[in-house]
Amino acid sequence: MNWLRLQLDDDRKSNRLVSLLSILLGFLVGILIIIITGLNPVDMINAIIQAVLGISANGFNLRYIGEFIVSSMPIILTGLSVAFAFRAGLFNIGAEGQMICGGFAAVSVAFLVDLPPVVHVIACVLAAAAAGALWGFIPGLLKAKFNINEVVVTIMLNYTAMYVTNYLIKMIPGSSLTRTLDIPESASLSSSLLSSLTNNSRLNWGIIIVILSIVIFKFIIDKTTFGYEIRAVGANSDAAKYAGMKVSRNIIYSMMIAGVFAGLAGAVVVLGTMNFGRVLTSFDGYGTDGIAVALVGGNTAFGSLFGGLLLGGLQAAQTIMQASGIPKEIAVIVSAVIITLIAMKNGLKDILKRIAGGRKS
Amino acid sequence: MSTIYSALTLSLIYSSPIIIAGLGGLYSEKSGVTNVALEGLMLMGAFGSAASIVFLEQVTSLAPWIAILIGALMGGLLSLIHAYASVKLKANQVISGTGINLLAAGITVYLCQIIFNQQRTTAFSRGFTKMSVPVLSKIPFIGDIFFSNIYPTVYIGFLLVIITWYVMKKTRFGLRIRACGENPHAADSLGINVLRVRFISVLISGLLAGLAGAIMVLTQDTQFTATTIHGMGFIALATLVFGKWNPFGVLGAGTFFGLSQIIRIYANSFPVLASIPQEIFFAFPYVITILALIIFKGKGNGPKANGIPYDQGARS
Repeated sequence: MNWLRLQLDDDRKSNRLVSLLSILLGFLVGILIIIITGLNPVDMINAIIQAVLGISANGFNLRYIGEFIVSSMPIILTGLSVAFAFRAGLFNIGAEGQMICGGFAAVSVAFLVDLPPVVHVIACVLAAAAAGALWGFIPGLLKAKFNINEVVVTIMLNYTAMYVTNYLIKMIPGSSLTRTLDIPESASLSSSLLSSLTNNSRLNWGIIIVILSIVIFKFIIDKTTFGYEIRAVGANSDAAKYAGMKVSRNIIYSMMIAGVFAGLAGAVVVLGTMNFGRVLTSFDGYGTDGIAVALVGGNTAFGSLFGGLLLGGLQAAQTIMQASGIPKEIAVIVSAVIITLIAMKNGLKDILKRIAGGRKS
Repeated sequence: MSTIYSALTLSLIYSSPIIIAGLGGLYSEKSGVTNVALEGLMLMGAFGSAASIVFLEQVTSLAPWIAILIGALMGGLLSLIHAYASVKLKANQVISGTGINLLAAGITVYLCQIIFNQQRTTAFSRGFTKMSVPVLSKIPFIGDIFFSNIYPTVYIGFLLVIITWYVMKKTRFGLRIRACGENPHAADSLGINVLRVRFISVLISGLLAGLAGAIMVLTQDTQFTATTIHGMGFIALATLVFGKWNPFGVLGAGTFFGLSQIIRIYANSFPVLASIPQEIFFAFPYVITILALIIFKGKGNGPKANGIPYDQGARS
């Protein structure tokens, strides 16, 4: 119990402990639900092993690992988006909408602008980042200037983004009522090299965007004055203001940067995984996944990478689970339980402290 | 003219789930607990009622009524998690609400697959039946809009608005709810059990949102699917902003948003509207809510302690 008490006394360690505990409990609840509904939890575990490690009864297949990375990529990015805003004390429920705008901007530049290879795809990616930033700018501005709660605004902007881009995407030449044509090769992130390395998975150059984003996130937060100020604003905005920091400006910039990460997620999905733009009937849920990823990862760069791989693995396992008779929504349930438990982290810490016994802090 | 009548009647039908869920949100937020989980609670209620009516409709003609009760209870049950997390364990209410939304999305479709072997419930043969109120439906204008070819559930919405107004303004319980949402420390010092009041308020919001989801699926759909609620829970949340956390405000905003939902159905009958793409109608409630937030800003409409977990030791 001494070990537990030591963990709990350190804020950072106790947060990590609660995250790990929540993940564990999330999977336990998932397994319990599977058992209660009369199915076999071993099927879920096998599916996850197959999806993440590529190992199944049929031997080893690298393609699964490629697909596992593919499903992790966008949610690592939306995770970074939510995490960045959290660092500034803002709750970005709007990653979904920012991502939709990013995806739409990417697909628009792909079809409407004619550029040579490489330049074209870079232009698409930059357009996605800019569109995400714009969609993050709105709640940032409203928060900074009018002190309007960003939660309600970003929720409303998610739906606005979906319906408006649904309309616009059908205007792109060649689009049907449900999707665009396949994007031109010059605008695609697809990589025959990465694909062939992973036995024909959909692994693509989006992985570079993800790695760069993680590095940039870490750099901004840890190494720049701006990052320092953001953390200060997030910790105590009044104190930051008193210290002479431009709080409003920092709030707007943080939401815009959060929007950039989410917009890039849109580019990765549209230009890399799908290779076409879609008319959405409902949200894909990347934004909510991003919230889970950021929470699991304690709002850090590497934490988001870890959280993204965790939930990405779970999602990659979904099709395999469904094939073996376990409804794939069990993955959604597990993520939901993890989110809800991490939301209760203060209460959970109190409970752990009671278990550890000893002095109160 | 009859097109306009039926359009208005239909807009009432579309409004009532929004209004009822909005009232649910009102209880929760007035007591100081933000409820972004309305969407998930509605989804749960819709699933509960759609799944139970499939079995009940063979047995009894009261099936829709029993089904909406089951839906309300399912919503209430799910809201207990939100209540426990955000009231007892002082969780971040927005995160907890997001978790509940996701949980509802997962568990409903999961159960559909367990019970019905597909991603949705089996279609029910009929939900509620439209009716006309004798005598009253003969009144010109009003009778055509409010009392002809309408679902009885619309009146539940109206009734709940009045009840909520009465509870909030005229009863001790309502006063306590408002006190907990405005200044929980003062309420506590006067002997009000803040945590209990908030817990009950969140539970009421779950029951009402569940009821709203149930009514929505039984009046607008023939089965439950993952997209049955399609954002109406968030529109209900918007009615609070738009209606300034007042029951009649929720009624007005809900009716307005309901109307904006059905205009697209009737757009082809009106040349002025026919040229507007339907996505604009879909996006309208969300855009206008953001505008409302900007216009109302700084007027202190929301409960002051909304969203802040109550910590007895903290300084107010």
